Amino acid sequence: MSSTDAGARERHWEKTRNLNTLVMILWVIFAIIIPWMAGPLNSITFLGFPLGYYMCVQGSLIAFVAIIWIQNFRQDQIDDEFGVDE
Amino acid sequence: MAVEQAKSGRFIDNLGKVYALYTLGFLAFFALMAILERMGMGAQAIGIGFLLFTIGIYAVIGWLSRTAEVDAYYVAGREVPALYNGMATAADWMSGASFVALAGGVYFGGYPYLGFIVGWTGGYVLVNSLLAPYLRKFGCYTVPDFIGTRYGGNTARLCAVIVLVVASFTYVTAQIDATGTIAAQTLGIPFELGVWLGLTGIFICSMLGGMRGVTWTQVAQYIVLIIAYLVPIIWMSNKQGFGIIPHFSYGDAIGRIAELEAMYGLAPAAEAIPGVSVLTTPQNEPTGKGWAMVSLAICMMAGTASLPHILMRYFTTPSVRSARRSVGWSLTFIFLLYFSAPALATLTKLQLLDPNLATSIIGKSFEEVANLEWIKHWSSVGMLAVADQNGDGILQLNEFFMRPDIVVLATPEIAGLPYVISGLVAAGGLAAAMSTADGLLLAIANALSHDLYYKIIDPKADTARRLIVARILLLFIGAAGAVVASLKLTGILGAVAWAFDFACSGLFFPLVLGVWWKRANTAGAIAGMIGGFVAGSWYLYMVYNGLMEPWWGIDHLRFGIIGMPVSLVCMVVVSLLTPAPSKEIQDMVDEVRIPSGKPILASHH
Repeated sequence: MSSTDAGARERHWEKTRNLNTLVMILWVIFAIIIPWMAGPLNSITFLGFPLGYYMCVQGSLIAFVAIIWIQNFRQDQIDDEFGVDE
Repeated sequence: MAVEQAKSGRFIDNLGKVYALYTLGFLAFFALMAILERMGMGAQAIGIGFLLFTIGIYAVIGWLSRTAEVDAYYVAGREVPALYNGMATAADWMSGASFVALAGGVYFGGYPYLGFIVGWTGGYVLVNSLLAPYLRKFGCYTVPDFIGTRYGGNTARLCAVIVLVVASFTYVTAQIDATGTIAAQTLGIPFELGVWLGLTGIFICSMLGGMRGVTWTQVAQYIVLIIAYLVPIIWMSNKQGFGIIPHFSYGDAIGRIAELEAMYGLAPAAEAIPGVSVLTTPQNEPTGKGWAMVSLAICMMAGTASLPHILMRYFTTPSVRSARRSVGWSLTFIFLLYFSAPALATLTKLQLLDPNLATSIIGKSFEEVANLEWIKHWSSVGMLAVADQNGDGILQLNEFFMRPDIVVLATPEIAGLPYVISGLVAAGGLAAAMSTADGLLLAIANALSHDLYYKIIDPKADTARRLIVARILLLFIGAAGAVVASLKLTGILGAVAWAFDFACSGLFFPLVLGVWWKRANTAGAIAGMIGGFVAGSWYLYMVYNGLMEPWWGIDHLRFGIIGMPVSLVCMVVVSLLTPAPSKEIQDMVDEVRIPSGKPILASHH
């Protein structure tokens, strides 16, 4: 499949967009909702930490690193599938 | 030229070996200094040794990376492997604010300041999914280059240059300030002299080699700064019994600090001392402060995705895929420092507060504390103060004043670690501040020389002339930054937060919608940049000068929350009211969205 094929491009972009939407949802959860909820989450203990505090200083950060690597892995698969990798 | 290329090719092939040797060399130097300290070498001499050794290495790298080619000067020849670009980005990213001031912010600011931790890491998710790969495909030299080509016309380009210069210049003054503070501290020279000395070091890295020189020095600086940040934490953790790696085991310390805070009481000082503050915010008390934390985090995240000195690092990788991969590496390397900063703040606070530890000072007799070596040292430079304000002869929590910026620098002394650790931390702080200042100065000078001079003023200029203009601008902007820095207008963390707010107010939506919304057009982008930037700046001016009550608790650190929605609304409304962009532009956006094929802008454009 050549990268100039309009239909293939359309589908490639659709998959890319869906992947991005998923990433944005995860981002909102870990970057906004969970830090905002730190108060209530603090009543739970995790590894000896109050959970809300733990998420703000480590948990969400670990999630960000994982999200980026997994997204890139998946995006590479999508690019390969449509033959638009370099 | 052929010879030079062959040489740089060999260097690229041997990166692993070169930097492994360099790391070993640095560790050997550290060991040598530790031995010399045992043998009686003075603190001052150790500090000077660390600074001269590291700056000397950066200077050698800067000299070896000198270049006369446009591609090498602006984008390091687009040949930086993902892993090393990740390290360079991490150093570029972690500024004096991250290294020196962040832990202090967490120490004094409590929960809302964790917004810096979440914001300065979460922003990379936005960079990775919304911008970096697409901007790399575009093949631009600078961020305004993208705006100028995507939206067309010199007005859009000029607006982007203005926002970029304001944001980056605000940021760079804070970095030069940090460089000066550290140099002055360590070498025992006046602050103003320290500022100019630091600036000289910064020029050595960036003048000759442009982006290529900055890239390879930043990798070296990352190695120094991460060693310098982790060694004291691990050392301290072992002394306090939190295990070799404290990060997963300091949970109990959080609870202990809450107990101690309740025991001593978090009262404001009876009599404030200017420039230093007492602890009044609890470490972990999030109730009702969710908005304060999240609004700060949002500004920092959107700012991350709009700051040109970061985005332009992803122009230096060989391919779109490697640009994405290097975002992954960047955040991995940044994460190492950011998940350590709260641990450092917590352990340091425990050192000072917990009466069961030998290092504690709160609740001890005033006489005894005032005579401690580190208290005398930092008091003498006005960064710390103890005052027995209630006259009971005992140091209370609200009688211990400290400048938040010194928490990291003073920690080794507080914990009673050997001075060689302080020297190491000073070298790390200097590396962090210098590497960021390099990246920022280059972003400003490149935008002015490439976008303003070459693209707008004199499109016929030849390569030699362009590169001379770029270097002269670099000198002038650096000097201007040093002059402003020596005025000491705000603290380090405050100035850095402003830079992020400026950047996200003016650039976030024009950049993101440029890739993700084909209908976005020139008029919309200009309206978005001007509207957001003006609204944000106006709000900052009004709130900072007390001319107006902040809305919904949005203080001067968070004015991006005002600028960004204005920018979005202006951009969407104006775009929809004016004709859609031409077929050509729309095809260009389609082309940007796939990794394969030629970059939009040819090399040497």
